[in-house]
Amino acid sequence: MKSLISVIKRVTKYQLFLPVICLFLVLIINLIQTPSFFHITMKNGVFYGYIIDILNRSSGLIIMAIGMTLVVASSGGADISVGAVSALSGAVCVAALGTDEVYKMPYFASILLALAVGLLCGIFNGFLVSFMKVQPMVATLILFTAGRGIAQLVTGSFILYVKPKNFEYLGSFIPGVPIPTPCFIAAFLAFFTWLVLKKTALGMYIQSVGINLKASRLVGLNSRMIIFFTYVFCAFCAAGAGLISVSRTASIDANNVGLNTELDAILAVAIGGNSLAGGKFSLAGSIIGAITIQALTTTLYAMHVSADQLPLYKAIVVVIIVALQSPVIIKLFRSIKSRLFQGGLVKEAVK
Amino acid sequence: MSKLQLSVPQIKEIHILQRTKEKLLGHNFLLFVTIVLFIVMYLAGLIVYKDKNFDNLQVFLNLLISNSGLIITAVGMTLVLIIGGIDISVGSVVAATCMMLAAMMERGNIGALPAILIVLLFGTVFGAVQGWLIAYLKLQPFIVTLAGMFFARGLTAVISLEMITITNETFKNIAQYKIYLPFGGYLNRKGVMVYPYIYPTVILALIVLILAFILLKYTKFGRTIYAVGGNEQSAMLMGLNVKRTKFIVYIINGFLTTLGGIAFCLNTMGAFVELAKGFEMEAIAATVIGGTPLTGGVGNVFGTLFGVLIKATIETFVSFQGNLSSWWSKIIIAALLAFFIMLQSLLVMRKNKKSRAKGLYV
Repeated sequence: MKSLISVIKRVTKYQLFLPVICLFLVLIINLIQTPSFFHITMKNGVFYGYIIDILNRSSGLIIMAIGMTLVVASSGGADISVGAVSALSGAVCVAALGTDEVYKMPYFASILLALAVGLLCGIFNGFLVSFMKVQPMVATLILFTAGRGIAQLVTGSFILYVKPKNFEYLGSFIPGVPIPTPCFIAAFLAFFTWLVLKKTALGMYIQSVGINLKASRLVGLNSRMIIFFTYVFCAFCAAGAGLISVSRTASIDANNVGLNTELDAILAVAIGGNSLAGGKFSLAGSIIGAITIQALTTTLYAMHVSADQLPLYKAIVVVIIVALQSPVIIKLFRSIKSRLFQGGLVKEAVK
Repeated sequence: MSKLQLSVPQIKEIHILQRTKEKLLGHNFLLFVTIVLFIVMYLAGLIVYKDKNFDNLQVFLNLLISNSGLIITAVGMTLVLIIGGIDISVGSVVAATCMMLAAMMERGNIGALPAILIVLLFGTVFGAVQGWLIAYLKLQPFIVTLAGMFFARGLTAVISLEMITITNETFKNIAQYKIYLPFGGYLNRKGVMVYPYIYPTVILALIVLILAFILLKYTKFGRTIYAVGGNEQSAMLMGLNVKRTKFIVYIINGFLTTLGGIAFCLNTMGAFVELAKGFEMEAIAATVIGGTPLTGGVGNVFGTLFGVLIKATIETFVSFQGNLSSWWSKIIIAALLAFFIMLQSLLVMRKNKKSRAKGLYV
């Protein structure tokens, strides 16, 4: 009995416990609703099925969540401009390619241009946060509202369509490959980021800056540059996610690309067991969190909840998760626990 | 006698000069910049748009009329910023307010006044929940109000996905009740004397502004807000109830946001899901441009009024220009916000550097 309790204790202490349980719950609910949930079939040489669809749709969110994790870890704030940045970079990419039968600009050049625009947004955010010492959310609030405005100017407030077929490869399938391309991109980015963070000291530096900025500076870390880097990286990720989302529909609607994704990305980070106050982080947790949210979104769509209504439920989840992380609540839990524990001891002593 | 000896009036003069300089370079400097900016912009408008009647008093009053909701909301935001917090949920709450009003009056057959009271109650409760999470659970205001922002936007969509236009008679009468000013009349093209007018919302906004000014300047609670915003630890050690002050400020803010939402609704006479998008940034921008820094402890509501006026003038320019997309005004305001934030943080850094030079560690 005692060993069982200790095993449970060890398992619940494991950082990925919460995200895995959440994902598990969502999948179970889905399985009950649609028994064919885990079926994967082959159609026209590509895989089809709920699971593939969720993985495909969540890859954009995974990419954003990776960037957001680093931002949250290093600065204890969040980048709320990710949705607007993805819309902007998507708009730039489509505007560069043009809406004719042939590209106005070479394919790769325009993608690089869009990523460069993302980097510029990141530099703006990072400059405000790290060098001007503005609170992260206020600094990113500027692009949160203005970014979509600039995207509207780029597209001239129209919905633009890209005609050549190979534009869609990035967001759907490359001919002959049965797995959606976004999954590859997300997997590659996750692996690459993990490699860089684990094999160099950068990951530790980011955690150290997030835990105590002043102490890290006194130790000799360039705290400002590290925070700056995370914001640039986050905007870069957002731009990538925007490109995928634009390529998926082969069109740009500056009002709707990446709409409400900032909340999803923050939610993914929070569900992943990361503290929103900064410090230690787990990339794997955020990735599982992102998949969980996409699964949840798909489930809610299946239950005929409109896309505009989703934020209501997600906001409640965010508040609950964040409240559970609050020092006051943790203290309360501890005191209840110790009281229960002490009560048990007293009973045993009486016996 | 050496040259260094000065007469008493001279010393007094130098003293006054120094104090004025200190005042101008302190946080009043920002207010000063704002007022100068507004005057310059308005004068520029007078010159550039002379043929479009920019010099008409009514144009100036229209700035107030179309932004009365923003003034009320921004006053709430000023209180929140002074206490060192932030509220980015205001845009969505305004949208939810309008949607609730419209749904209650058009679909629920509830009278205008009960609907307004219910909405105000909703705003107060909403503010109280946010305030409780921030003050007593010690959550970050950003995260809480970000969640609040999406919650209220989702709520708007849950109430109705379609646009609702308000046709309630009482509400319409309030919205269109013109109050003519006794002065500033001019002859129109037909030769009839026309007096400039305002709507009741403007008077409401000005009352809120004055009440907030009195609250901040002359009440114990107002001074507590500054103390808490300046330094929470010191305020606590002084024996002030930090948590309760924060809680109450967020409640006031929630109330004012819905009040602003009602004024906003009286202008739009309808509601849809995407209403008032980016309103939170306008409110924050107006407050910050008005000289209330994001760091808390400093600020006043009259600066906020000028912040709103600057925003309104930019919008008027964009609409007078005619061929510009309305997105331009948002982008310009965002740029102004960025500029003022940078200015403020430079000022703070300068101050810190000075104190460090004096041997004080910050």
